[in-house]
Amino acid sequence: MAEGQVIVGLEVHCQLDTKSKLFCGCSTDYRNDAPNTHVCPVCLGLPGAMPVLNKRSIEYAMRVAKALNCSVLPESEFSRKNYFYPDLDKAYQITQYDKPLAEGGYLEIESDEGGEKRIRITRIHVEEDPGRLVHRGTTESGKYSLVDYNRAGIPLIEIVSEPDMRSPKEARKFLNKLRATLEYLSVFDSEKEGSLRVDANISIKGSERVEVKNISSYKGVEKALLFEITRQKSLLRRGQKVDRETRHYLEARGVTQSSRSKEQEHDYRYFPEPDLRPLHVQSWVEGIVLPELPDARRERFIAQYGCSLNHARTLTGELRLANFFEKVVAADPTGLSTLADTWIADTLIGELNYRAMSIDAVDATGFTELLTLLKQCIITDNSGIEVLRVMLDQRRDNQSCETPSAIVDRLNLRKVSFDTAQSGIEGNPDIDPLRTSIAEVLMEHPAAVEDFRKGRKGAFNFLIGQLMKKTRGCADPAELNRLLQEELNKKEA
Amino acid sequence: MATEQEVRHIAGLADVGINTEELARFTHQFNAILDYFDILDRVSGDTAVTRDRYNVMREDEIEPSLPQEEVLRNAAATEDGFIKAPRVME
Amino acid sequence: MSGHEITFEPDDRYNAFLTTCSKAPHGHGKLAGVAVAVKDNISTKGIETTCASKILKGYIPPYDAHVVELLRNSGAAIVGKTNMDEFGMGTTTENSAFGPTLNPCDTGRVPGGSSGGSAAAIAAGMVRMALGTDTGGSIRCPAAFCGIVGLKPTYGRVSRYGLIAYANSLEQIGPMGRTVTDVSTLLGVIAGHDRRDSTSHNKPYTHTPKAGIKGLKIGIPQEYFGAGVDMAVAAVVNTAIGRLEELGATTVPCSIPSMEYALAAYYVTCTCEASSNLARFDGVRYGPAADTKKSWHDAFRDVRRAGFGTEVRRRIMLGTYALSSGYYGKYYAKAQIARENVKRDFARIFADVDVIAGPTMPTVAFRLGEKSDPLSMYLSDILTVPVNLAGIPAISVPCGKAHGMPVGLQIMGRPGEDERVIDVAYTYEQAVT
Repeated sequence: MAEGQVIVGLEVHCQLDTKSKLFCGCSTDYRNDAPNTHVCPVCLGLPGAMPVLNKRSIEYAMRVAKALNCSVLPESEFSRKNYFYPDLDKAYQITQYDKPLAEGGYLEIESDEGGEKRIRITRIHVEEDPGRLVHRGTTESGKYSLVDYNRAGIPLIEIVSEPDMRSPKEARKFLNKLRATLEYLSVFDSEKEGSLRVDANISIKGSERVEVKNISSYKGVEKALLFEITRQKSLLRRGQKVDRETRHYLEARGVTQSSRSKEQEHDYRYFPEPDLRPLHVQSWVEGIVLPELPDARRERFIAQYGCSLNHARTLTGELRLANFFEKVVAADPTGLSTLADTWIADTLIGELNYRAMSIDAVDATGFTELLTLLKQCIITDNSGIEVLRVMLDQRRDNQSCETPSAIVDRLNLRKVSFDTAQSGIEGNPDIDPLRTSIAEVLMEHPAAVEDFRKGRKGAFNFLIGQLMKKTRGCADPAELNRLLQEELNKKEA
Repeated sequence: MATEQEVRHIAGLADVGINTEELARFTHQFNAILDYFDILDRVSGDTAVTRDRYNVMREDEIEPSLPQEEVLRNAAATEDGFIKAPRVME
Repeated sequence: MSGHEITFEPDDRYNAFLTTCSKAPHGHGKLAGVAVAVKDNISTKGIETTCASKILKGYIPPYDAHVVELLRNSGAAIVGKTNMDEFGMGTTTENSAFGPTLNPCDTGRVPGGSSGGSAAAIAAGMVRMALGTDTGGSIRCPAAFCGIVGLKPTYGRVSRYGLIAYANSLEQIGPMGRTVTDVSTLLGVIAGHDRRDSTSHNKPYTHTPKAGIKGLKIGIPQEYFGAGVDMAVAAVVNTAIGRLEELGATTVPCSIPSMEYALAAYYVTCTCEASSNLARFDGVRYGPAADTKKSWHDAFRDVRRAGFGTEVRRRIMLGTYALSSGYYGKYYAKAQIARENVKRDFARIFADVDVIAGPTMPTVAFRLGEKSDPLSMYLSDILTVPVNLAGIPAISVPCGKAHGMPVGLQIMGRPGEDERVIDVAYTYEQAVT
């Protein structure tokens, strides 16, 4: 490793998508409800209440362990992590300490140099989420906190990586791959706000390690890391030392800040949770059947649908997107795959991002219809984009959604083309709108025609451009080319 | 042996607080007990604890939560359905 | 609910109760209309539950402990919450924030602890039955000091859901009563599996006490009759054991070498667990208000300094120290190995005998205020803690007097053999009554 090399490790906390909490039966669907309405004696930490482990949370965590190639320990147990904080109602968090659920695995990502790279996983364990704090008050002495315990007891899986990442980009890729994997396993819903939190450990080779906490978005990870690396590098450039410390990421300002909070000396006084029995679940691993995971799906998309590597990566990088693709091409895979490939991975995603819309908003049947219109050359690519935009806008603005065919007809986007079989009359300008348009353009731009005669290539393209404008993109470019060539040759003759 | 300083530190770690008047006597008694605990140094044996029961779990089923009023009833201060807590320094 | 209630207005000159229900409702069932007192560390819905501590003054649990649900279902009338050492920490009930309970046998003496209120209520005839809890002897000690019967069940036979935790791996709720039959009846109501307690065993108790110990082998550990035990107490207990022999049992001398460090292992374990269990008391969700204008660290510390008594703060700090960075191996880890050794010693002895017998306490009840030094107080638990470390059942049954005060005979049994332990006690009781 080169001196000055960036070293990054991540600790990722994801909420497991179970129906009830980790140690009690309170529903986990708390986000739209009033505070303190998903609480019972257990998750409120009332004196005398006792935890009982949710089996599904362990099943889910083991799926993750298997998918990440980890070894499940023959015996694992829960421990108490003791510290005081208003959102921690028992003043300890039930977590796993020296006997986690699983250890030692890896996740493959695309490395910065190209090719695949393995990021090693140190350990995976299960723990409970604390409650949520809201801060009120403006003056220093008038400040106070409000606590909502709805979130207390939600099951979390913590995935710790070795410091194998070498750039913010690799960190983002790791996180994306991890998120996609967890979604494919049906154990995690990334759409839920706050369902994923990241702590990052960053150092420059030869210097101290800094921990950055409180990163709660994917974009935030890359930004936080970029900021922190810049900060550390500039300290070193000025001959100063990087202090070993914990910093907080402030999302709104995009900066990391040294933690002023009175986090007590990190003496958590761990000991095994006496109210819970140990887990002997190594024997469950064999029976876990993993679904098709992102890498396998990517390979299948390449083999089965002929997608390019890049497109396949993009399409399988998100479960919902991959499902959308397959749904769209289902009726006619051979005919639609190539179109769907580009149209979804390049065009649709761009249009969705621009509108801050999710793939869930797109009706697969409608999209299939659009692709079919394109395949049948009924509309041109440009018209296709116009139709797509109308479809998305209608959806976004909650208007009644028209079918693509309806939009095409309403906006008169059917491709204009010469069809001798239909017209029965060859070259009759009165009946052939395309030839009429060509005739008009040639009349309107005699200088260009002259240039063409003189052999200037650019003139032809100019004329094509004018024709495209006149036919409002309805004409098929290839046919336009052919007919213009014909007309020009005719004139010459 | 714990010094008065250490005893004060432990009181801080445990958030129990210790008054200056009681510190000296407390430390003396504290150390007498710690002295007694030293007998454990003589204990030998392996940590293989008999684990007769394991995998105690429940199914992932939803059960009714407490009504909000019950959750808030014993709290000294509440606001808009939240429980009020002393300020956290961020 | 049958709509019935009993009136309960006792003359509580011993300060046995912290709360009394003058009109106690009750339903139908095995204990229909029977007045039962509940120790104040067991959650009762709608009835103040304080653990005899200022930090829980005014706390009204929104739920019943499992055993309380069972009591109500059996038709019992819950007539009040009894006094105790604060959070179960003590051997005399002098550590209550609301005044000590007096021993009805001699009001200048302690009733024992920490279930002193329950024991006094029974000894004074206010109730026949009460629930206590036993972490290191807290049912058996007051039973012995007050001359009543008390059983610590096998660990896991009675649900702890709703018991305000002091030391999770050691404690059990157990029955206390005037007679062995009372204790057996009450055990039948409260024992059994509870899916809300992950340490709960599926072993209901459906036994009726039977006299008859012919052929029974009783182990007599030398450590129970050693230097620390009052000679008059030892003599009384020896006489009682002699009676058991007359009734057909044979005694076998034995030894529990791990008793050398059992008390240390006990106090390390319980203070560590307590330091964590009691950390939640910060005045935010229940208890006396935290000052929300202060920073949370200062506010919590102030609430706890004011709300916890000295002994509670001492044990929290001992536990915090023992678990703190660097000390885990020396204290807590060692204590668990010690525990394992205690279990093995008992298992070895029980291969040759059916029960083990000895005094419950090394002395009779102390005078109020007599034991002011904490360590000397801890040492009086020496004969009761091994049972909690091993998780085995043990009963204390009155067997005579020494120095004018009651003496308890302790019978210990194999894990799960609460029935046999009760039978031995019953046989003795029947023979001497």
